[in-house]
Amino acid sequence: MPTDLAIAALSPARPKPALFTSPVTEAPITRALVIAVSLAFLAAVLLLPLLAVFTEAFRGGVAKYFESLDDPDTWSAIKLTLIVTAIAVPLNVVFGLAASWAIAKFDFRGKSIMVTLIDLPFSVSPVVSGMCYVLLFGAQGYFGKYLDSINLQIIFATPGLVLATIFVTFPFVARELIPLMQEQGSTEEEAALSLGAGGWRTFWSVTLPNVRWALLYGVLLSNARAMGEFGAVSVVSGHLRGLTNTVPLQVEILYNDYNFVAAFAVASVLASLGLVTLVIKSGLEWRFADQLSASRRR
Amino acid sequence: MDLKIRHVRKDYGVFPALNDVSLDIRSGELVALLGPSGSGKTTLLRAIAGLETIDDGEILFGDEDAVGWSVQERNVGFVFQHYALFRHMKVFDNIAFGLRVRDRSRRPAEADIRKKVTGLLELVQLPDLANRYPAQLSGGQRQRVALARALAIEPQLLLLDEPFGALDAQVRKDLRRWLRQIHDETGHTTVFVTHDQEEALELADRVAVLHKGKLQQVGTPDDIYDRPATPFVYSFIGDSSSLPIHVRKGEALLDQTVIPVGSVSGPDGEARLHIRPQDISLQAVGQGVQGRIALLRRNGAFRRADIEIGADRTLIEAQIPPHLEVSEGDQVGIHFERFAIYPSGSRQSI
Repeated sequence: MPTDLAIAALSPARPKPALFTSPVTEAPITRALVIAVSLAFLAAVLLLPLLAVFTEAFRGGVAKYFESLDDPDTWSAIKLTLIVTAIAVPLNVVFGLAASWAIAKFDFRGKSIMVTLIDLPFSVSPVVSGMCYVLLFGAQGYFGKYLDSINLQIIFATPGLVLATIFVTFPFVARELIPLMQEQGSTEEEAALSLGAGGWRTFWSVTLPNVRWALLYGVLLSNARAMGEFGAVSVVSGHLRGLTNTVPLQVEILYNDYNFVAAFAVASVLASLGLVTLVIKSGLEWRFADQLSASRRR
Repeated sequence: MDLKIRHVRKDYGVFPALNDVSLDIRSGELVALLGPSGSGKTTLLRAIAGLETIDDGEILFGDEDAVGWSVQERNVGFVFQHYALFRHMKVFDNIAFGLRVRDRSRRPAEADIRKKVTGLLELVQLPDLANRYPAQLSGGQRQRVALARALAIEPQLLLLDEPFGALDAQVRKDLRRWLRQIHDETGHTTVFVTHDQEEALELADRVAVLHKGKLQQVGTPDDIYDRPATPFVYSFIGDSSSLPIHVRKGEALLDQTVIPVGSVSGPDGEARLHIRPQDISLQAVGQGVQGRIALLRRNGAFRRADIEIGADRTLIEAQIPPHLEVSEGDQVGIHFERFAIYPSGSRQSI
């Protein structure tokens, strides 16, 4: 047909291009290899130990599993961990909110020092932080005499555990909130003020809702870390069975007692908590990706 | 409400963001604060709203000094450049916010709030969008919601920071007309900040031009365009060229030759002559100031010529009718119909 001819004339046959490959795409074999290596590594280093924990825990059967959990010392360790977490996490939410608010919305002298300080727990070994608290509040420490005179025990008692846990988990909330708050700026707050809202009202109905998912995310991370913390807590705890042992410390004690089934059973509880956290965290990332600074940063 | 700004000063580090600014705005007026970026216009607007403190001077709301008042006490409607809508609230709740946060004695009943918000949504022509979130709106729609939210608190004063800055050209034009209409309907005393002279001249009753923290001129758009008070205003508003000249005994001299423009006022010495392209007419060679056409180009309905004059070959821009037969390289005579001369080195020079 004439029209076809016309079109054919307008678009002369070009040499058939080779199958298109992006210049940054590697050959299929390289890709397969890279993926296989990383998967194998993940399986060996992360998945295998996790599986081992659960297999060991259930080695004697389900009945034995629950039996070994049903131990007064273990129960008191779980209770203590929950208490420490229940105090440390809310305090970190308050401190974290205050710190990120200050850093993101105001300019002041020493701001960069503050930002650096917030990261300190990430870089300092938890054992060192535990030692510091012993040095400060222990019986031979700087405030030891005074604390003894008012009959307040911090080291080898719950307050010490809470302090050590706060130290270790402090950055999680603040680190989540600072970039998000900085990105959001303060014009919405200014708008609220210009509409007649007071500072408190502005915080509750504008600032907090704008960061709620990032806050929840930070709480989740610091919660997981608070329950699992070992180093700092180990130093200040004193390992008093049934009194100052948290779950991770209890796992260690049981293991050192050659009570493997119980050790792995308790460890599996801890691991499950971690897995649940991971699932909720992924759910948050999937659902509120646009409102989480973290998912974009990482 | 009348707004009086008296000798306001604001320092940012070394140089003042606002330097002795005084401006009276009458009740019901629509005033534009115009200036390049860094001129202090936004700082002034924020100072009026109470979002920025001032270091000296008075801001009078009616007859009361509002400098010590908090943002909330000032009761101004502020429309932010990027709207600052509450992202987690629906359009309806955004607009209702200012009413809901009032303390119980002044808070309207929920039914009244509903009525008021619905009315405002109609005023800004978005009656169907009450249940949308800000992220689901276009730029123009967000701007309208921001305005409705500011109007909800029945402000004494409406302040807008670059209200059309983030919108594309067509939406901008529509919204400009629409804002004027809303202003005429509601009668709020309104101040808006812009760097777009066309916007300021078209929309405002009066325009205040700021430069480097100093108020250059306040006047009607005609005043500003036709009778610029300072060289800055002359060059900032509309197109213009400037020519270095010498003033001696009431005569303007270019390279020792008298420019035939009649007597000029001002002190003897170096000066600059400012002129707009449309105020230049071409004459036969030998008449007026002599020049050479360096470049010709089409500019809409007219042509623009860059003409070299004087020993320094200073280029000035002239608007010439399209049918006039000239070409590049031609020698021409130039007549200055309207112009302004400002002494150089004076405080007023650029």
